[in-house]
Amino acid sequence: MATPANRTGQRARPLSPHIQVYSPLINMIMSIVHRMTGAALYVGTVLLAWWLLAAAMGPEAYETMSSVLGSWPGTLVLIGYCWALLHHMFGGIRHFIWDMGKGFELQTADMLAWGTAVASFGATVLVCLFAFAGGA
Amino acid sequence: MSLQTPLKKVRGLGSAKDGTEHFWRQRLTAVANIPLALFLVWTVLSSIGANHEEMKALLGSPVTALGFLLLIVSGAIHMRLGMQMIVEDYISNEGLKFVLLMLNTFFAILIAVVCVYAIMKLSLGA
Ligand code: HEM
Repeated sequence: MATPANRTGQRARPLSPHIQVYSPLINMIMSIVHRMTGAALYVGTVLLAWWLLAAAMGPEAYETMSSVLGSWPGTLVLIGYCWALLHHMFGGIRHFIWDMGKGFELQTADMLAWGTAVASFGATVLVCLFAFAGGA
Repeated sequence: MSLQTPLKKVRGLGSAKDGTEHFWRQRLTAVANIPLALFLVWTVLSSIGANHEEMKALLGSPVTALGFLLLIVSGAIHMRLGMQMIVEDYISNEGLKFVLLMLNTFFAILIAVVCVYAIMKLSLGA
C-alpha cells in the first residue's frame, strides 16, 4: 500500500515530527483557535442570515427568531459567536503584524498570542456587560 | 519533445491551483472585516429589546443597510477563501475535495444572496 517509502518507489525520506510530539505552546494553540473560530464564524453566518431574513419577513418570523435567540441557549450561542468574532479579529491583526515581517521574535510572538486571548475575552466581557445593561 | 518550460508545466498543478491572488484577497477582505465586524456587534447591541417595527427601522436605515451590504460582500468572499484553505489542507481525496469546494462556493453565495435580499426588502420594500 501507499506508505511514503514505496509510493513512488523512492527511498524513505525523513518526515517532520507529528503534532503529537510537541508540547503545546501558546502560539500553536492560538493558531488552531484562529482556524476554529474562522470555521465557527462560517457556520454561524446561518444565524446572521436568519436574523436579517426574519426581520424582513414580518412580525411573526421576527418573534420566532427573537424568542429562540433570546432564550438561554440562544444567548449562549450569541455570546460564543461574539467571542469567536472578536478572537478571530484580534488574531487577524496579529497576522497583519506578521505579514509586515514584524513580531517573529519568540517573546514578541508569545506576547501577541497571549494578547489575542486576553483582548478577546476582555472585549467579550465588555460587550456582555453592555448587552445585559440593556444594549446600545 | 515539448517546447514548454518546466515552470510552465508545473503551473496550475499544485493543490491550490493559484496562490498570491487568494492570499491577497483574504487579507484585503480581512482588513475590511475589522470595522465591519465592530459595526455588526454594535448593531446587534442596538437591536436588543427592539420590537419588529423598531428592528425594521434600524436595519432599513441607509447607514445600517449599507454597512450590512459591505459586511456581506466582504464576509462572504473572506469566508469562502478561508474555508477553501481548510478543505485543501485536510482533504486529500481529489473527488471529495472538488465536491466540498463546490459546496463551499454555493454556501457562501447562498448566505450572501439571502442577506442581501433581506436588507433590500427592509430598506427598499414594503
Ligand atoms: C473580524 C475581522 C476578521 C479578520 C481581521 C480576519 C482575518 C483573517 C486572516 C488574516 C485569516 C488568514 C489566516 C491564515 O492565513 O492562516 C483568516 C482566515 C479565515 N477567516 Fe477571517 N477574519 C475576519 C473575519 C472573519 C469572518 C466574519 C469569518 C466568517 C464568516 C471569517 C472566516 C475565516 C475562515 C474560515 C478562515 C480560514 C481559517 C484558516 O485557514 O485557518 N473571518 N481571517
